[in-house]
Amino acid sequence: MAEQDPRIGRSGRPVTMRVEFGKIREFAAAIKDENPIYFDEDYAKKEAGGVPPPPTFMMTQGFWDDGRGHIDLGLDLRRVLHGEQEFEYVKPVVAGDTLTAQGRISSVEKRPGKRGGEMTLVTLETEYKNQRGEVCLYSRSTIIETAKPVEKKD
Amino acid sequence: MAKLYFEDVKEGDEIPAFEVKNLSRTDIVKYAGASGDFNPIHHDQTFAEAARYPTVFSQGMLNAGFVSKCLTDYVGRPSLRRFKVRFTSQVWPGDTITCGGKVTKKLEADGEKRIEGELFAKNQKGEAVIQGGFVAALPSR
Repeated sequence: MAEQDPRIGRSGRPVTMRVEFGKIREFAAAIKDENPIYFDEDYAKKEAGGVPPPPTFMMTQGFWDDGRGHIDLGLDLRRVLHGEQEFEYVKPVVAGDTLTAQGRISSVEKRPGKRGGEMTLVTLETEYKNQRGEVCLYSRSTIIETAKPVEKKD
Repeated sequence: MAKLYFEDVKEGDEIPAFEVKNLSRTDIVKYAGASGDFNPIHHDQTFAEAARYPTVFSQGMLNAGFVSKCLTDYVGRPSLRRFKVRFTSQVWPGDTITCGGKVTKKLEADGEKRIEGELFAKNQKGEAVIQGGFVAALPSR
């Protein structure tokens, strides 16, 4: 059996973020989503018990992270791409909630690069708990470090 | 918005398309401000050229946001259980993006009536910029 990559399990410190109505509106407008569930509090209350954040809203977590959530991925940042993104929704979140996000590296995979060499895929899983300590969602970001370009000898 | 019920859905049903015409640099900058993704590759022409791109390109998560809007218009925001995207190509200013998808499976899990499906976003040349999938739990009549 191959040895486990030492980066797996590496984690950042928890980051606390407030889910705010104004930010939800701004985010929904930016993704051209005019659904009244993001703009009309009365309608949202009826439909979802409050104003829910759009599905990809947790991308705004960076505004609440002063650096404590940082995890060293051990990658060459000049060669990284955001390859995949997944969200799993466990319990509803609404404006007014306070979430605590805890990230960790959940997998590291190496694959042959399309143009030779080796590419590395690192998956960062973040768990979000609300103010009652309930897990509300998971975010899984897969970051790809493309294969090192083959050095040309002129 | 009309509510989608489990009984109304058949495997193979298509999700109504959502189109973003002529994506602008302003659209990209608005998303930078909303999301906090200030990677200059998405808004700074000089930086993009130095990195050997012809111009700036949108954040993958902006394109994913358009796909999520297309999906939640169909299933409703509270129904969403899982949303996944894979980024397959860049989107450039002036591109027209069409989002869509289809239902691939109806099932019951965790005491819920659920649908699973595929999602996509493509540009005006028909090239995929996102491939994805979702799970939603629908109300029953």
